[in-house]
Amino acid sequence: MPQYLALTYTADVDWWAPEQADELAEYRKFGVDHADTIKASAVLHPTSTATVVRVEGARGGEVITTDGPYAETKEALTGYYLIEADDLEAAVRIAAELPAAWSGAVEVRPVILAK
Amino acid sequence: MTPHPAHDTVAETVRIEGARILATLIRTVGDVQLAEDAVQEASLAALGAWPVTGVPPQPRAWLTVTARRKAIDILRRERARPDKERDGLMMMELSGSEIPPDEVVHDDLLRLIFTCCHPALSPATRIVLALRTLCGLTPAQIGGVLLTTEVATTKRLTRARQKIAAAHIPYRVPAEGELAGRLPAVCGVIHSLYTAGHAPVDGQAAYDVDACAEAIRLAELLHELLPEQTMPASVLALLLLTDARRPSRVDDQGDVVTLDKQDRSHWDTPAITRGIDLLNESLLRTHGQADAYQLQAAIAAEHARAPSYAETDWAEILRLYDLLISIAPSDAAALGRVVAAAEAADPATGLALLNDLPPSPRWHAVRAELLARENRFAEAAQEMTEALAGASTQPEQHHRERRRARFLHLATSPDDVA
Repeated sequence: MPQYLALTYTADVDWWAPEQADELAEYRKFGVDHADTIKASAVLHPTSTATVVRVEGARGGEVITTDGPYAETKEALTGYYLIEADDLEAAVRIAAELPAAWSGAVEVRPVILAK
Repeated sequence: MTPHPAHDTVAETVRIEGARILATLIRTVGDVQLAEDAVQEASLAALGAWPVTGVPPQPRAWLTVTARRKAIDILRRERARPDKERDGLMMMELSGSEIPPDEVVHDDLLRLIFTCCHPALSPATRIVLALRTLCGLTPAQIGGVLLTTEVATTKRLTRARQKIAAAHIPYRVPAEGELAGRLPAVCGVIHSLYTAGHAPVDGQAAYDVDACAEAIRLAELLHELLPEQTMPASVLALLLLTDARRPSRVDDQGDVVTLDKQDRSHWDTPAITRGIDLLNESLLRTHGQADAYQLQAAIAAEHARAPSYAETDWAEILRLYDLLISIAPSDAAALGRVVAAAEAADPATGLALLNDLPPSPRWHAVRAELLARENRFAEAAQEMTEALAGASTQPEQHHRERRRARFLHLATSPDDVA
């Protein structure tokens, strides 16, 4: 069955902050409701904790790290769900139930499956 | 080089029949690209044979069988590791020579339409896909219609096919309950296509494709496939009513003829009658509650049934524009409303309303005409200069230049005002 990665883009929140508890509960409920279709998922620490890694030239070159996210955007990548669905329409129906769909946006990307 | 007329008819038959059989072949082989390649090869075979033999008595059957054989060839060529079970079934269907019954083709065409016009594709991509798969146009022809290049069109088509395949956009007719939500995207494609055909530009004639005619053909097809749905009927009504006046919009020299000077005896009366009937039926079905297409069709119908410009029911047109703007506001509708208000009352009313709208080339042109009606010719010429500074089609540009010259003349020789 086709798989899709549903990436949640929302305000760059700290999920550990007490004021996020209610919203996190909504994501938990989504996880329970769609347990059968969710293959993997994660919520992410805020982008202030991100590190971008680059290697100079080619493999073995100097490792250069920079503080912060790869791209500064108004809405940040805050989590993902790997879901299974019959087709794009089914995937969109599931993604539309993620709280991020109304507090921000959900990007649905088809996954390349090794045959 | 101009193609031979007989060859043209063959090409037209091949293109239209090819698009019709494509839908079923896509379902059979489950692959848009493979099906298109097979139809393309079959079309080339027909273009080679038919000018010699004449169009066979059953061109659709001929093309169907040939396209299936081509599909089998492609499958044998390209499938390194065949899926035995799936391919076996497919081969059986492809080796048959009977053409699918109408109700099967009917469903396949709907599948293709709703896939091409899927909301997960961008509106621009939907139009390109529709022209390629539903109208059977080549990327070069599509580039000509949409004022872009063949390369850009091919790129867009490739990306669209990749997305349809990778993201598994389903090849399926929406369920009854989803139809209402999915029809606006389909009707939007048809309407945009008509609008694109309405802007004649240099070089376009070389492509020998009439986007307006293609749009009307698609609207006819959608209405035929979904006769119970209102929106396809109202889009078809709008296109027919607009197109009925097309022959008199430009004169023999290719110059724009404005509505007040058009020869109404050249309007296509059967198209007007049919458009009005379709509109009335659709309004009965929606219990008089009109959507944006019905309102635009109603405005077109008012113009179409007026015996002369002077006898136009401007008060009714103004009322229809008010309704249209209340449900689907747009700059074009707002300017149409200004013209109707000026005709229903006086130019000063129109000029006052213009002050609340954002300027555009058409805004300046409308303002120029209204100023001229108040005998303020110097201001009118100045306004037309501003209109000419913006983008417009070439016939429109010529028309505005002629009007400006006339206003300049009247500004210096006021005695010539008729």
